[in-house]
Parts: sequence; structure tokens; C-alpha cells
Amino acid sequence: MKKILLLGDEAIGQGAIDGGISGIYAYPGTPSTEIMEFIQRSKQAKENKIHATWSANEKTAVESALGMSYAGKRAIACMKHVGLNVAADAFINSAITGVNGGLIILVADDPSMHSSQNEQDSRFYGKFSLLPIFEPSNQQEAYEMTYNGFELSEKIGLPILLRITTRLAHSRYGIITQLSKTQNSFSVPKDPKQFILLPAIARKRYKSLLEKQSLLQKISELSSFNHFIVGKDKSLGIVACGISFNYLMENFQDSELPFSVLKISQHPIPQEKIKKLYDESEELLILEDGFPFVEEQIGNIVGIGKKIRGRLTGDLPRDGELNPNLVAIALGIEKEKQTNFPEFLATRPPALCPGCGHIDVYNALNEVMKDFEPQRILSDIGCYTLGALPPYNAINSCVDMGASITMAKGASDAGMFPSIAVIGDSTFTHSGMTGLLDAVNDKSNIVVIILDNSLVGMTGGQKASGDGKIDNICLAIGVEKEHLKIVVPLRKNHELMKKLLLEEINYNGVSVIIARRECVTELSKKKKLKVIK
Amino acid sequence: MRYRIIKKEKVKSDKMKKDIILAGVGGQGILTIAAVIGFAAVDKGLFIKQAEVHGMSQRGGEVISHLRISDKEIFSDLIPKGKADMILSLEPLESLRYVDFLKEDGYIITNTKPFENIPNYPEIEKILAEISSRKNSRLIDAEEIAREINSVKSANIVLVGAASLFLDIPLENLENGIKQLFGKKGEEVVNQNIFAFRKGREKTENQAG
Repeated sequence: MKKILLLGDEAIGQGAIDGGISGIYAYPGTPSTEIMEFIQRSKQAKENKIHATWSANEKTAVESALGMSYAGKRAIACMKHVGLNVAADAFINSAITGVNGGLIILVADDPSMHSSQNEQDSRFYGKFSLLPIFEPSNQQEAYEMTYNGFELSEKIGLPILLRITTRLAHSRYGIITQLSKTQNSFSVPKDPKQFILLPAIARKRYKSLLEKQSLLQKISELSSFNHFIVGKDKSLGIVACGISFNYLMENFQDSELPFSVLKISQHPIPQEKIKKLYDESEELLILEDGFPFVEEQIGNIVGIGKKIRGRLTGDLPRDGELNPNLVAIALGIEKEKQTNFPEFLATRPPALCPGCGHIDVYNALNEVMKDFEPQRILSDIGCYTLGALPPYNAINSCVDMGASITMAKGASDAGMFPSIAVIGDSTFTHSGMTGLLDAVNDKSNIVVIILDNSLVGMTGGQKASGDGKIDNICLAIGVEKEHLKIVVPLRKNHELMKKLLLEEINYNGVSVIIARRECVTELSKKKKLKVIK
Repeated sequence: MRYRIIKKEKVKSDKMKKDIILAGVGGQGILTIAAVIGFAAVDKGLFIKQAEVHGMSQRGGEVISHLRISDKEIFSDLIPKGKADMILSLEPLESLRYVDFLKEDGYIITNTKPFENIPNYPEIEKILAEISSRKNSRLIDAEEIAREINSVKSANIVLVGAASLFLDIPLENLENGIKQLFGKKGEEVVNQNIFAFRKGREKTENQAG
């Protein structure tokens, strides 16, 4: 059998193609972006006419995938963990409607916040919505879970949550693939009322979801992804969830693993297996990347008695991702070591690329703001968030997608002047437009600066949903023509930008300034590609 | 907690296992290096795992990749601290950032040209002196070597050549890795890079260790 070297994300993309999807829907977000990118590049996906375009946000992605499922076909929706917050309404209700064609919701968590605002654990969403959760321990399992997941989803009539973390998403390994399955043909749900969540119907469907729980429990108990390794030494039993299983095994490359281990990669938690481990062992150690999800549930399954160690007891850190050393320390086979780094070792934070248009905007904005009180700039999520760092120190917030506009509105309502929002074009169409409508309706005294680089910059230059449409969107929302300004952020336009900013700050109402210039990094990539071609 | 772990007797002494930390600044191209060594390892029929950094830090920040090569299954995507056989760095300051990963007798192989995109970049003499003071270090002016052979774009591959002395991967496989990576760009580019690879190896061989 041939092995192909794939990133975890790419393995999931290949698993989805081979598993017979008809469509993938996603919004770019580290560490999930490469799944869509892989499918967009795949010849096999093109030949099979798999639908693969970026959605405006994660909610529209999940809803479109659910629509494809409604029409009987298999679909996958992909996002980063905070994207599931945006998609939560659709996601949780999709557990009540159930599916027609197989549906996988892929969520990539980012413990240690390598590229995120928080490190929330998506497994809680899975439990909250009573859906089966898969957490692969390696890239091969990720492939298999995706490949077989659609069939399981159809069998149980429910979507499946596939949860990965950064290390699995962005690490390459040799993957053995399987024969491609054919796509489903079009069919609407057998029950015409399945997707109508009117209270009377929703109550019935919710009951049926609750009734399915014992089946899910049984499937999980028998799953080959949850396996029990018997050890001779009964002084400790280890539960290793998802990727933490690898960190455990890493420590036993040159020695026998003496303890019993329950590897969990499928939820609901296999209760019988947990009970067996608990009964046999003197105490338990719970390893999981993310929140203490299993650790918190385990008391309800086995009762209170023996010691259960993990992130809650301080045997492992409460925050951040795990690694082989942290596991070794928890096992008592390694001590915490202090490394003496040279004193002069300066950190090197990420920065805006040389020549980036955002720099020109921040230079102008900073000069204009010298004449006002500090901390008046609410911003958002994207490359331009790096404007918070020196030498710019230009912005005062970064909370969630679209929050710049709405927070500026709220702050203005509270009397803050000037109240300025700085947001990227893709973030604007993701979740900023609705907030702008609120501001227009209230005639809030805010200035919205839309940094339009015509693509999604931070995640590597994906197509932006609103490309070429931003001006018209603003006008249609009700921004006055006289207060919609467009400028090219270049050094030569520095004075012009300052003048526009000052004018619009002094206008009592909603102003939008669009600073439009293509991302320099993506522009140079394009040029290079042209040279090669 | 303290458990007694019984060490297995060393079964084979000829087993192949190399854990390499690749370091650099976002945009420098550590993934090119990872790709060449990765392809070479696969060419030799070895297992590899390679964890890389995507997203925010790619914008001119510090970047690291964990490259693991072995003749048996690899578990962790991350190299444990204190276990890396080599730090291979495209930038001198970055080569010191991950010394906690390095084994006691591990190698630091680094390009000497600083990438100064921070205001508090330390004095380069201090950095190079610190690297030289460590056991098993090799300092390579990869840009200069690449310029000497009229192939300025091949500095990364010069560095792979330097590292090849300590990789335990046959030259043939490494050169196949280069062919695989640059094959699409034509024979001339392939040959240029193979030349750069050999030069990097040769110059490092002549360095006193």
C-alpha cells in the first residue's frame, strides 16, 4: 500500500474526498485552513465536482453543509474553535434536526493559543449538543475517522463532531488511503417534517435525540478508536485522550509501559472501559489536550473514592497544550528542568510585513489621534491586530470577529469621542456588516476604517467573500454617500488620509473610510508564480 | 507521584532516529529545508513526522518546526525537550532560542547572517561567540557560500548540505530529496541546488569541530 505524506488537515481533506463528500464549506482560520485549501487543489475533487468554496463565516458554512445533507449528500464544514461559537446556533440545532446525507463538523482547537484569542475545548460543544465526538490521536486516525464518519452519521442520523488540535492539524505523517466511495445521489428527507423545528416537532426530535444516547454509548464502547492496553503495574491507570496518547507513548520508547492505559478517541466516554480501569487501578491519571473534559466527567461515572489526577489537581498544568515532557513529569519519570538561555535572547514577535498598507493607515491614524485622548480605537481580528504591538501601539481591542464596529458603537453610546473601529474586509463581511446596520440605524457617532486588502491575509491569502463589493455593501446598509470615503494607503497619501480621518471624526454620524490596497505578501507570491509559469 | 520504570535493554545499536529542530524567522523558508530532508527520509524508507507553524507567527516572527525521522513508528509530533539531535537554524539568534530541546551532545548548525527585524537585536558578535562556546556547533555563512557559486537563492540548501554530515541519511537519498523538491523547476535549478548542497557539506567538513 502506498503512503502519502500529508498534514493532519490534508489527511482530513483526503478522507473527506475518499469518504464521498459532495461539498466542503469553511471559513479560513488557523489551524483548520488547510483542509479546504487541500480540497481546492485536489485533482480528484475537481474530477468528482466536489463543491469547495469559502463561506462568508462559519455559521453560513455549517448551514450550507446542513443544506447539502438535507438534499441527501455528504458534506463537511470546517472551522477553528472560535468559529464554532459563530456557528453554534446552526450546530446545536443540527443535532435536533439530524441529518439526511452524512455530515461532519470539523473543529480545530488551538490549545496554547498559537494563533487564537482563547483555548476553548470544542468537546464541550459536542457534549452540550449530545453528538458523538471524535478526537484522533494521529493523522492516520484523522483520515479514517473522516473516511468512515459520513457513513456513521447516516446510520445514526446525526452530525458528527470531529475535533483536532493544532499539533495534529499542522504535522505531516505518512497516510495510507482507501478506495474512494461514490457520492450519494440527491434525495430529500423521508420525513418531510424532520427539519421543521417548530416546538411541537422539536420536542419530539429532542426526545429521539435523547433516546439515541444509549446507542451512541454502545457504539463508543465498541469503537476500535477506544482501546484498552493491559499493564502489569496496577498502582496507576492512565486515560489518554486524542493526541495525548502519543505524548504518553513517546515516554515508553525504550522501556516497557507498565500501566494499564485506556486510549479514548471517541465520545461519549466509554463508561464500561473507564469503570474497568478504575476498578483495577489504585489511582488514575487523566491526560487530555484542552480542558479537563474527561477529568470533570469521570466522578459521575466511577463515583468518588480513589485519587484522580490531571489538570484539575495540578499534576498537569491547567492551561496550554500538553507535550511529552509534561506527561513525563506527571508520571514522575522526569523532573522539571531549568534551561539557562543566554541573557541577550530577545523575543521576535510577528509583525506587519514591510510595505503593508495597514502600516500607512496606522501611521496616519496615530498622528491624527495625537490631538485626542488615548484609547479610542477598537479593532478586530486579522493581520492588522499586529498594530497593537510596537512601534504602532495603534489599537486598543481585539475581541471577536466584527466586535470593532459594535464595540465602537457601544462606547460611543456611552459618550466616548472619537470612537473609531478598525476592521479588515473579510472580517467585515464575516460579522461586521450587521453591526454597521445597528450603528446606521442609531446614527451612532463612529468612524469605521475598513482595511481592504482584497483577501483574507492572516491565514494566507484566501478569497474574501466581499471582494469588490465592500463599497456597495456599506451604501446598501445605509452609510451616507458623502461619508463613505475610499483611499489608497500609500506613504504619498499620508496627508490625504490624515485629512479624511479628521473630517470624518468631526462628522456626527456613521462614517466609513475604506483603505484599499492589495496585500503585499500575496501580491509578491502571485508575481513569483507568474515567473515560474 | 513516583513510579519505577524499568528500562528496556538496548536492543539494536544500529537503529536510526534523528530529531531535528528547524528554526528561523517567518518567511525565511524553513519548510524548504524540512521538505528536502523529509523527502530524503521517505526515499530511504524511513518514518517521518514534521510539525510546523502556520498562522500569525509566519508574519516575521520566530518559527520552529519539529522534524522527526526514525526507522520505526513515531508517536509524538513534538520532540521532547532535551532529546533533539540537532538544531538547524537559518538565523543565528533563532538557533539559541530552542537550546532546551537539544541533547547534551546534540549539534547546533546555523547560518551566521542575522535577520534584524527587531529594534533590540543583540550584538551579532555576542550571539556567534555564544554559539561557538557550545559543544558541537557549526557556523555557516550560507549566503556567502551561495553567492560564491552564483546561486544566491540556494542558501537554505547550503545549510542542508552542512547538516547532512550529521544526519545519517545517505547522500543519494538527500540528493533525491532535492530532485523531488525542485524537479518541477527544471534540471538547471536541480543541478544548482545539488551543487549548493555539496558545497555546504564540503565547507563544513573542513571546519574544525
